[in-house]
Amino acid sequence: MAVKNRKRMALTGNEAYAYAMKQINPDVVAAYPITPATEIVQIFAKYVADGLVNTEFVPVESEHSAMSACVGASATGARVMTGTASQGLALMHEILYIASSLRLPIVMAVVNRALSGPINIHCDHSDTMGSRDAGWIQVYTENANEAYHSVIMGIRIAETVNLPLMVTLDGFIISHEMEVVEVLEDQEVQEFIGERKPLYNILDVDNPITVGPLDLQDYYFEHKRQQVEAMKYAKEVIKSVVEEYNKKFGTDFPAFIEPYRMEDAEYAVLAMSSAAGTMKEAVDLMREKGEKVGLVRLRVFRPFPFEELREVFKNIKAIGVMDRADSLNTMGGPVFNETRSALYDLETRPKMMGFVFGLGGRDFPIEDAIHIIERVKALKEGKKVDMVEYIGVRE
Amino acid sequence: MKKKGWKELPEGAIIPAAPTSPEFKTGDWRIQKPVWNEDKCVHCLLCWLYCPDSAIKVKDGKVVAFDYEYCKGCGICEQVCPPKIRAIEMVKEEI
Repeated sequence: MAVKNRKRMALTGNEAYAYAMKQINPDVVAAYPITPATEIVQIFAKYVADGLVNTEFVPVESEHSAMSACVGASATGARVMTGTASQGLALMHEILYIASSLRLPIVMAVVNRALSGPINIHCDHSDTMGSRDAGWIQVYTENANEAYHSVIMGIRIAETVNLPLMVTLDGFIISHEMEVVEVLEDQEVQEFIGERKPLYNILDVDNPITVGPLDLQDYYFEHKRQQVEAMKYAKEVIKSVVEEYNKKFGTDFPAFIEPYRMEDAEYAVLAMSSAAGTMKEAVDLMREKGEKVGLVRLRVFRPFPFEELREVFKNIKAIGVMDRADSLNTMGGPVFNETRSALYDLETRPKMMGFVFGLGGRDFPIEDAIHIIERVKALKEGKKVDMVEYIGVRE
Repeated sequence: MKKKGWKELPEGAIIPAAPTSPEFKTGDWRIQKPVWNEDKCVHCLLCWLYCPDSAIKVKDGKVVAFDYEYCKGCGICEQVCPPKIRAIEMVKEEI
């Protein structure tokens, strides 16, 4: 996934994200600090103070206000970005729906952190999984390099479909660890993102409009139906923007899913974000032992790439789906539930089980990754397994 | 009026025109109707001042009419009309 002959920088995930924001040079950033996402806007605020960007930076009094200010600014046609995590995202919750229903392409960094309670600051996906039905495009990244490039692609995707988009990176694991990031030139970023062409501009006094009117029994449903269509359109746009980016900059990012050693695989694991890196290592080790196991990394959760998953899993006998969040519905996490639903229509349905792991930042070592593969193998062989197994939790 | 479907409506639930409130005839909300007695009226204009729907029409400093297309029948005009005058009376709306 390396960019060829590019400038290489040693950056943490947060630094990489802030650096992408600097190159994007948005019109407005409204933000409130929260661990582990604080650095993103802190570093960006320094860019503002140093005059390296032209952004209007709005230091608000809460995340609810941050997203509200983003909505107001974006409705004027401005390019708007922000960043948050966990409780901050929860506090934004009602405004997330306003942003998507007004079709405002706000791009936000979410550094995945467990939601309270009990209070915790470390990585899991309960925060963004809690906003999965808010009408935002959700991109989950594996490392700092992917996060950096996904933000730049995210601007183009969001502004083409007129939907807000969040790029997530695993709290501390990616946000605070330093990696090599291969960056684009400022000019390249500007040329790729172009200018925003807004659906409307609330400050256009020559063409007055009403934004956010009461929308009752007779129209609300039609507007929700439009959002579904926008999400369908987002699938086309994500595919074409990622392809264009790869072609232009010599990268090889997958649009929705990244199959890893799936060619002749008989059974497989589906994982997201940084855990996919550990799982690739485990798949390599098991392959050395002759196991026909593969991995699929899910990169886009909203819109849900059910067609791609059906295609990649159509000949697979058993699948284990990893969730770094639990739906507390007694049948596992959202990735498991939705993937199982997506594969229901396959001619030959695979056996499936869910794994909940890494909650509250619980470490996910290679031994646990191998254990997951062994459990999926047991499922394939018809041995008794639980529908959902909890990895790394003390009994 | 045939309502537009999702494929025809503007995206983002915006109303792409202004002003649109005159098109919203709120008079059919009314269950009580103010009846104005021109002979009793002293044209103090309190009703005009308080009417939340700008439904009391004034010309040259005098009340000239009540606009029943917009009057919701809230009765505020009757309440603010001076007690010694009582030029406005709310009566049941006949359909």
